[in-house]
Amino acid sequence: MPAGTRVRWAVVSATSVALVATGCGGNGGGSGGGSSDTSKTFTYQSSEPQNPLQPANANEVGGGRIVQNLFKGLADYDPSSGKLRMQAADKIDTSDAQTYNVTLKSGWTFHDGTAVTSKSFVDAWNWAASTKNNQINSSWFADIEGYADVHPASGNPTKDTMSGLTVQDDTHFTIKLSNKVSYFPYKLGYVAFSPLPEGFFKDPAGYGQKPVGNGPYEFVSWDHNSQVVTKTFANYQGVDKPKNGGVVFKMYTTAEAAYADLQSNNLDVMDQVPPSALANYKNDLGDRAIDAPQGGIQNVGFTLYQADWQGQDKAKVRQGLSMAIDRDTITKTVLQGSRKPATAWVAEGVEGYKSGTCGDFCTYNADKAKQLIQEGGGVPGNSIKITYNADGGHKEWVDAVCNSIRQATGVNCAGDPKTDFKTARAAITGHQINGLFRTGWVQDYPLNANFLADVYRTGAASNDTGYSSPEFDKLANEADQASSIQDTATGYQKAEEQLAIDMPAIPLWYYRTNSGFSTKVQNVTFDSFGNPAWTQVEVKG
Amino acid sequence: MGHYVLRRVLQMIPVFLGATLLIFLMVYSLPGDPIAAMFGDKAADPATVANLRHQYYLDQPLWKQYLHYMNNIFHLDFGTSFTGRPVSEIMADAFPVTIRLALVAFFFEIVIGLPLGLIAGLKRGSVADTVVLLLTLVVISIPVFVLGYIAQTVFAINLGWVTATVQDSRDISQLILPGLVLASLSLAYVARLTRTSIGENLRADYMRTAVAKGLPRRTVIGRHLLRNSLIPVVTFLGTDLGALMGGAIVTEGIFNIAGVGNVLYKAINQKEGPTVVGIVTVLVLVYLVASLVVDLLYAVLDPRIRYA
Repeated sequence: MPAGTRVRWAVVSATSVALVATGCGGNGGGSGGGSSDTSKTFTYQSSEPQNPLQPANANEVGGGRIVQNLFKGLADYDPSSGKLRMQAADKIDTSDAQTYNVTLKSGWTFHDGTAVTSKSFVDAWNWAASTKNNQINSSWFADIEGYADVHPASGNPTKDTMSGLTVQDDTHFTIKLSNKVSYFPYKLGYVAFSPLPEGFFKDPAGYGQKPVGNGPYEFVSWDHNSQVVTKTFANYQGVDKPKNGGVVFKMYTTAEAAYADLQSNNLDVMDQVPPSALANYKNDLGDRAIDAPQGGIQNVGFTLYQADWQGQDKAKVRQGLSMAIDRDTITKTVLQGSRKPATAWVAEGVEGYKSGTCGDFCTYNADKAKQLIQEGGGVPGNSIKITYNADGGHKEWVDAVCNSIRQATGVNCAGDPKTDFKTARAAITGHQINGLFRTGWVQDYPLNANFLADVYRTGAASNDTGYSSPEFDKLANEADQASSIQDTATGYQKAEEQLAIDMPAIPLWYYRTNSGFSTKVQNVTFDSFGNPAWTQVEVKG
Repeated sequence: MGHYVLRRVLQMIPVFLGATLLIFLMVYSLPGDPIAAMFGDKAADPATVANLRHQYYLDQPLWKQYLHYMNNIFHLDFGTSFTGRPVSEIMADAFPVTIRLALVAFFFEIVIGLPLGLIAGLKRGSVADTVVLLLTLVVISIPVFVLGYIAQTVFAINLGWVTATVQDSRDISQLILPGLVLASLSLAYVARLTRTSIGENLRADYMRTAVAKGLPRRTVIGRHLLRNSLIPVVTFLGTDLGALMGGAIVTEGIFNIAGVGNVLYKAINQKEGPTVVGIVTVLVLVYLVASLVVDLLYAVLDPRIRYA
């Protein structure tokens, strides 16, 4: 998804969250090595869910995190490597990247004791995809054959089930897609693909308030605006058995309040330290501070749909502008080390990530920048504007980027703030801006295809620049037809190289998780979604 | 007296209707689509958006929405929030928290603010007076969020006397620090108002008479001076109670208290019409009742004031 506003005050940050990865290893630190008590719970900084706690309805961080812990789908992502890892599924086979045969592991049960079967998945997906049930994540099922029957663009659904889903027996079912998607299993790691118990369908609203899942933690209570309490599910069959007694999600409206609680040991693990603490949090917390990579990237895109920016010469101008940005200095000073300079269009820690694809074009070089811009015929009117949303804390770095460009190349550059994220998005998607705009991408799932196909393919839903390259499209299509995820990732790496030639958007820097934990817990690591490896957190005895 | 109260209560009805209409119009004319916002940064799915809009009655023209809402209100149904919780339940959760906090703050305003003003007013120009004036000046000039963060850092993080945020709002002892921070500004005003009022009344004829009659000093100050000087202070305190209820957003944010301010802030951000209108309507009623009580108190404080 496009990287959104990051207003820490508000709960509206609304970044969709994919299924949490759990497991060993990971990024960041873990202090101490003392004994731990597996029956003790720990607290985590959260925000009040905005929707009922149903897997296909949780697309914002507050509800998403809780649902990820209560439910577990066929697969998830290893928190240390970001690689896909089987959970409820024993294997997901395909011979043509279009029909997938799923074999479930036996022994999995829901928290109410009923068995997790093929039907639990198929019924849940059919229910979630149907327009009758108004699930916010319903479009995730769009790849499956028969989606249009349960989810027509308008009017009532003609069917209750998607023809692409067939139950063979309790542990086997098939998924037939309407097109080939070689990395479809990667999407299955998203929380919307969780199974649901039979009881759910009788009372979806009631289950939304008191969810029953099959994940590592079971629901205990939801004290609205205060906390959601979970406890470890004794019969959890996943590969990531919890090392603690449960997670208590404490609701905070400000990161500042959470940080104060963390410092005085009233909160165990933080989500993200407030901007006001960025400069000091490593001093404050010592080895309890966390600085881990996140699967997100900040870009500046060009309005390639305007004549000013078309033609191969203009690619040189764009490359020159990219070289005029001193990423190292800006990330260190203005951004206080909370970002890492980008060297490619895919974020670090993502399957298929390859550093340096952008090459010299992402390295600051004032002379070369000036030369490239001149060769390309210069910037239209020798002046550019960078459009951004004023509510996301972007002003400082946009000004810094502009200063850098102005000093290096003599091109006039100014920020063009829009009141808020929604207004800025409307201007960008409505093609009502001139020149450059802030854009970004946070992974839906940790695969490079998500950063490339969804943003740079001709006509893609989030292709804000209007970039259309036959070479890129050809390489991306080839990658989609590949027989394995590895081949897909390699194929997309080739497609990414085309971006360096055309420079539709300037990669600036990668997001980081800047967080910390209390003295009461240890072994706290974060995955590329910015979530802790929940089950691996140890509470000191 | 009874007639007066009845008249005032009846006057509340048009105020209530007007206030709900205005708030309703304001919330619903805010830019942005609350349903599209539920999808966050992703492109909203048109079919789901249309269904949700229908579910929350947002596909109707504004006047129909308002009538629908008011009709529900008269059936004591405040609507449901996007989380599927009834708004009445949300308010039942949030208001007790805020009322407790407001009462704690109110208590400090009276217990600290009044005596400070009394001392300063009685001994004008003394060291005590100067200290009170200086202290209140400092408090008035510091924004409440600065004060809040300083108090939190010093008392919770450095000294460890209290928890940094409120862990359980039912525990009054945890509300002392946020209550003090919330009260600080009004407390300073109360002290200054009392000081001025007392200073003026000290020179009043009835004071000279009371002293000349040879009444004990306690009676002179307590019954004659203080009672007469309290009218402006009570006016201020009355409206302040309303402000404490709805205006505690900053303090509630710093100390993470799930009160009305916080809930309202979130609801405005999500453009949850029913929640915003419900809460603000109740706040309007609180203001109205508080000002009625203040007016009635005038009569108690000053026997010359009568309501027919």
